[in-house]
Amino acid sequence: MYSIDHNDLGTPASSSATLVTIEIDGHAISVPEGTSVMRAAALAGTRIPKLCATDSLKSFGSCRLCLVEIDGRRGYPASCTTQVADGMKVRTDSEKLSQLRRGVVELYVSEHPLDCDGCPADGHCELQDMAKLHGVTGNVYMAGDRCPERITHESKHVEFKADTSNPYFNFNPDLCIVCSRCVRACDETQGTLALTISGRGLGSQVSASQNESFLDSECVSCGACVEACPTAALSEKSLAMIAKPVDKAVTTTCAYCGVGCSLKAEVSDGKVARMVPNRDGHANQGHACVKGRFAYGYATHADRIRTPMIRKSITDPWREVSWDEAIAYAASEFKRIQSRYGRDSVGGITSSRCTNEETYLVQKLVRAAFGNNNVDTCARVCHSPTGWGLKQTLGESAGTQAFTSVMKSDVIIMMGANPTEGHPVFASQLKRALRAGAKLIVIDPREIALVRTPHIEAAHHLQLRPGTNVAVMTALAHVVVTEGLVREDYVRERCDLESFDKWRRFVADPARSPEATEAVTGVPAATLRAAARLYASAKNGAIYYGLGVTEHSQGSTTVLGIANLAMATGNIGREGVGVNPLRGQNNVQGSCDMGSFPHEFPGYRHVSDDTTRHLLESEWGVPLGNEPGLRIPNMFEAALDGSFKGMYIQGEDIAQSDPNTHHVVAALTALECVVVQDIFMCETAKFAHVLLPGASFLEKDGTFTNAERRISRVRKVIEPLAGLADWEVTVRLANALGYPMNYRHPSEIMAEIARLTPTFTGVTYEKLDRLGSIQWPCNEAAPEGTPTMHVSAFVRGKGKFFATEYVPTRERVNARFPLLLTTGRVLTQYNVGAQTRRTLNNVWHDEDLVEIHPHDAETRGVVDGDWIGITSRAGETVLRAQVTDRVQPGVIYTTFHFPESGANVVTTDNSDWATNCPEYKVTAVEVMKVDKPLDWQTRFRQNRENRLPAREDAGAHA
Amino acid sequence: MNNEILVRMANDIANFFSAGNDEATAAREVANHLSKLWAPRMRRQIIEFGRSGGEGLSPIARAAVAQLVEPAARAG
Repeated sequence: MYSIDHNDLGTPASSSATLVTIEIDGHAISVPEGTSVMRAAALAGTRIPKLCATDSLKSFGSCRLCLVEIDGRRGYPASCTTQVADGMKVRTDSEKLSQLRRGVVELYVSEHPLDCDGCPADGHCELQDMAKLHGVTGNVYMAGDRCPERITHESKHVEFKADTSNPYFNFNPDLCIVCSRCVRACDETQGTLALTISGRGLGSQVSASQNESFLDSECVSCGACVEACPTAALSEKSLAMIAKPVDKAVTTTCAYCGVGCSLKAEVSDGKVARMVPNRDGHANQGHACVKGRFAYGYATHADRIRTPMIRKSITDPWREVSWDEAIAYAASEFKRIQSRYGRDSVGGITSSRCTNEETYLVQKLVRAAFGNNNVDTCARVCHSPTGWGLKQTLGESAGTQAFTSVMKSDVIIMMGANPTEGHPVFASQLKRALRAGAKLIVIDPREIALVRTPHIEAAHHLQLRPGTNVAVMTALAHVVVTEGLVREDYVRERCDLESFDKWRRFVADPARSPEATEAVTGVPAATLRAAARLYASAKNGAIYYGLGVTEHSQGSTTVLGIANLAMATGNIGREGVGVNPLRGQNNVQGSCDMGSFPHEFPGYRHVSDDTTRHLLESEWGVPLGNEPGLRIPNMFEAALDGSFKGMYIQGEDIAQSDPNTHHVVAALTALECVVVQDIFMCETAKFAHVLLPGASFLEKDGTFTNAERRISRVRKVIEPLAGLADWEVTVRLANALGYPMNYRHPSEIMAEIARLTPTFTGVTYEKLDRLGSIQWPCNEAAPEGTPTMHVSAFVRGKGKFFATEYVPTRERVNARFPLLLTTGRVLTQYNVGAQTRRTLNNVWHDEDLVEIHPHDAETRGVVDGDWIGITSRAGETVLRAQVTDRVQPGVIYTTFHFPESGANVVTTDNSDWATNCPEYKVTAVEVMKVDKPLDWQTRFRQNRENRLPAREDAGAHA
Repeated sequence: MNNEILVRMANDIANFFSAGNDEATAAREVANHLSKLWAPRMRRQIIEFGRSGGEGLSPIARAAVAQLVEPAARAG
């Protein structure tokens, strides 16, 4: 069932620029060539009856309800499969059409009783609508006047059973009309192809995989089938629990990954009844994943912090206090610390989970109220190399394309990213491009799903050794340069030739050839050469990358290498090409844009830039520092040497997410005042002196900016559980510190951002409401935003090349630590799991496993399911083994969604040379079979299991 | 802060800028990077460390540190 306020036009839009004029029931309308008659009629205001058609799926023509009459054509063509033609005259209503349609509806109703009372789809069921429209009130094929014997659904469905295995939706075959919308959605929208119609005739039914339960099948629980279903055959369990019909749909933006899907939160009786993707959503094109669509129950989980708390010492018990007391205490502590240890002894961390407006306020508080530049953000540990590297080469710290650009790509490099797990809605779009003929090159130490998945096979998989990205990227460049694949005209016109010539000589050195580096990278030279030729020869070559690029000691160097390669091959500045970082969190891009780095004001302007600083000083009314502040790891070091004493941390769990946990804990323990603003009692809160309740994305207004630079509205659906949205808390803290902030609504904060940031000049809430979303830069030159960047020239002027020398990481294997540990994500959990661990997504993944190659397992006597101890130079942990050849010999892999996994107990504090982004992706380890987890891990797991939600608690309350 | 960490970071930066550059250019780039991205207290410490011998600093890092200007002290 699609969203209650969706205006379904029956078939997808045509992208043709050629207009065709037809006449529908005597009214002329012009529509793009390729439009269906059904859609043209809907655009003209005429709803042609339908059941198997919906505008997110290609027309199918099976239900025979949408028949029309067309002058000069025989019979009654289906309007969904008939395209418009110039001069066509269509009648959508006649006595004969009504008779035919009524007959069709009667047949459907004979298989699907109109027992609508209590049905979750009652009031929004398309079959119910069609029955009403055609005056069908029951089964006319009962034994009697029109039928010699009773052929009812009871006889047909006797062997069918409802499937309730999925935690979020049910499948009830008795309510199924076998329209195939679910099967097509799984194919066209999601691209998993888990569903089919099995059986024949009356025995036809929807089947998941080989007649398995949905939970056991290949189904990824994206919910596309549920949304596509015209009845309640596939229906959200949450809808069965609501007391009153859904009465409101609020369009907002998902708070999970960097795709930033537009969602509609449907509300019933003061509770979120379900979440439905917005079919007009520009980032997601009407799709969502198991997290965004279903895993929102954390917002009302019993673990939510609802009252501010304070304590003098982290060994004291918490004391619940009023907002006023908590804010006053936090402010007095910061003042005391600054008075005693100096202005630079405190700092703050903004959150990529909070809105642009909120991160802007936190950095403003640090710069203006604390009076220093000690502000950083969780992008430090994920995409800070992207921000730095793309700024150096192209001139702007952001990806270059819109997600839809991938549909025009001919060759796609996917490096260090696993989008079917980490960015699933983009992965669906990518799969559509690949199934339409685009070629894929995967660069990843592990065999990710995209290497080979239904209807998709990568042209090349460069299965490199962890830590050798730069060697591979430079070898690709070597092939491009030495085999004459450089786009010389593009480079001459658009790039800095001095840096290009230097780079060309550098990469052409035979020491950087695929053959010379094969022993280091593990990538066969012939494969690497073939991949380079494929990318460089493509009409449109695009590079997408993730944390497998950035979270290395040479993360920034690889980002530079990616930009070098794209520039040298002329692959920046139009649709289908580009350099595209897949951002980890929903608002990583936004938090960076808003000035969360210690060396940059909003809009990536260096703090030493006098013009910008004077502009901000005049607006903010205080002098600002012109020197960079401390980064997060620098703050830890300064805490340990006693020169840094207080932190305001909004929505980041550094004690779990940052590397070398023992080191982080030591630093946090050394602080005199830690103020944590979070929705849960996170790991970092254990070291806090003040705990300020945060608000989930459902509880506030604001904006998020996704990986495409797309700014989208976050709209308040329910009231903040603790009474205040996060921006309101920061405002109060600033005022208590003596720095006045007087915003009444986040739109006023955005107005200030727009006033002060050249790339945001044209952004307003009114424009966001009108356009749906805006990709920055949005200013006088681009009043409705900029889908593709660097079109006629690079932002920095001429694109700059950098030499990228491979420098091996310090994390080297030796006899004591012979394996390399690398990390990643699974589809159903998100980041450190604070949200998804508190949902029913644990059904799919309730513990982190460590993948180990059969060879490495065998030599250590490890079999699938064994506990194995993992020891690094930093620490040790214990995880259960999963023996698989997805990983190569010598490499093990794990996820980090559960605190008891202790993944960051073993990661080291090695970091990127330019940005200090931690090297999460390479840790030298040894593993050995053990009997059980460590004691602290067991305690963690027991505590968590005691707090798991009951299924009926999964809804969010208004 | 821990000198060992600062030295390691400075050497890593020097490693990067060594590629494709002569020593003078590399040292200038390293100094520029440190000035733009390191907080004053870190720069002060590495300058002091360089003056006291700079043991462990690579030649380019050492040359870069020697070029750094002592950040001005702030009130408060």
